[in-house]
Amino acid sequence: MHLTPFISLAAWLPDFGSDGNLAVMSLIKIACLLGVLLTMVAYAVLVERKVSAFIQDRVGPNRVALPLIGSIPVLGPFLTRLGIWQPLADGAKSFLKEDFTPNHVRKLYFWLAPAITLIPSFLTVAVIPFGSNLLGEQMVLADLDVGILYTFGIVSLGVYGIVLAGYASNSKFPFLGGIRSSAQMISYEISMGLSVIPVFMLVGSLNLGQVIAYQADGHWLAFQQPIAFLVFLVAAFAETNRLPFDMPESETELVGGYNTEYSSMKFALFFMGEYANMITSSAMMVTLFWGGWTLPFWGLSAPATTLGGGLLHIGIFLAKVIAFMILFIWVRWMLPRFRYDQLMDLGWRRFLPLTLANLFVTAVWLWLTTTAATGNPLPK
Amino acid sequence: MIVKREKLNFWERLYAPAVLGGFKVTWHHFARTVFRSGPVTMEYPEQKWVVPPGYRGAPYLVKDQAGRTKCVSCQLCEFVCPPKAIRITPPGPSGAPGAGNVEKGPAEFEINMLRCIFCGFCQEVCPEEAIFLQQDYSLTGTSRAEMIYNKEKLLALGGTHQDKIQKWKHKAEEAQAQDVFPVPPAA
Repeated sequence: MHLTPFISLAAWLPDFGSDGNLAVMSLIKIACLLGVLLTMVAYAVLVERKVSAFIQDRVGPNRVALPLIGSIPVLGPFLTRLGIWQPLADGAKSFLKEDFTPNHVRKLYFWLAPAITLIPSFLTVAVIPFGSNLLGEQMVLADLDVGILYTFGIVSLGVYGIVLAGYASNSKFPFLGGIRSSAQMISYEISMGLSVIPVFMLVGSLNLGQVIAYQADGHWLAFQQPIAFLVFLVAAFAETNRLPFDMPESETELVGGYNTEYSSMKFALFFMGEYANMITSSAMMVTLFWGGWTLPFWGLSAPATTLGGGLLHIGIFLAKVIAFMILFIWVRWMLPRFRYDQLMDLGWRRFLPLTLANLFVTAVWLWLTTTAATGNPLPK
Repeated sequence: MIVKREKLNFWERLYAPAVLGGFKVTWHHFARTVFRSGPVTMEYPEQKWVVPPGYRGAPYLVKDQAGRTKCVSCQLCEFVCPPKAIRITPPGPSGAPGAGNVEKGPAEFEINMLRCIFCGFCQEVCPEEAIFLQQDYSLTGTSRAEMIYNKEKLLALGGTHQDKIQKWKHKAEEAQAQDVFPVPPAA
């Protein structure tokens, strides 16, 4: 997989020894990845507000202007109307607001909960291959052979933050939100986990890089495993607490749910965690079902050998992720909310049997095809 | 009343019509806003709403065509005002000399716009057509004191009422006519 690169980043940097080089490279990649992720979180909020506005016949954020850029004749007002600077204002606002801790909360857990929500959503990005090669480096932070297991392990941690927030807030609505969240996330975790097993049966590896290699030249798994993809998609909505499954938040009945008692930057951390989760879920779907950074034409399925090719692959990956983000945002206005019992019904009584059936059918099909190919009744 | 719950068919249980219908509605609105007529909302400080005739905005005092303050400080509006937003200090200077035997105007006339509920009772009750609910709907100030409008401000904002009846003008003309009435010669 390691092709001779056009330019190598490693050649520019001083030599730190093999472990040191890995550490330095990883740090550079972490910094870039986190920067991109946080920017995407900020702008996902803007896109959400704009798309929501357009669907509701409104204008959306169009006021925040920067002093110098805002006065460039045509471009400045256009960017202002687009709301490009809104995330800056939102961020600054979060920092400037009063950080209020109500008197009745359990202080330690109240402070811990936002961090525990945010960290898992950042950690999952580590195993996702967001590009092929750039400057001689493989574009994945940790090329784990158990990538998907790691992801599921970390994603399940995300629920602790929300449950903890509900418990620490020590009041009714956050508590209900936290309880709902735990039930919902545990239920859908099972369907989600089972839905991807056929994918790995086809690929034969848990490494996400291998999954992408398998999907090269347009053999995207979404076409081979449509049921798995649909279940994964719906479960992703439930896992990220997005409408139509926003039970933990339920603005209409739980006054904001688990984050009711939070304000200022602590609330912003929950918010960022939610959007970062959406981005990682989108990235997972792109990686598992839609070919990751590959495209079936112009030879874009092979790992890049040039700087431009590497950047192009990252661009393709980001474009696919953004498409899923827009889907996430759009569905919010498409469907009415599910009732709690309907949600549980869908998770346990529809998706669980469906994924099991899908698993079984895939297994039988694989067995039959391998038998036909090898003439051996038991696959090795 | 008992509403019978319809059995859903296979597609409906798959949520397919809901998803398609939802997409149709949202796409229709999105496309209309982005590609065609634009948003239906107005961008408030730049674009303002055209106030229809008969709108009940803020109540202001008016002058007649001769420039006389029409209010005669009868205090009916003060008494009728449900939130007690009006305070009148009678009496003021006597009416214009050329306006017949007109009553005295108010020394001070205050409307607390923070209390006013724009009900229009003051306009309804006024025997002199001196106060009207006009078109202003966005009243702002930086203090409570600033939101208590005094007589001078109310008159400046109210403008002139194009009165068709012009009661006091006719009364003055009548009085003048009586003055010049030809006395019949002594028999």
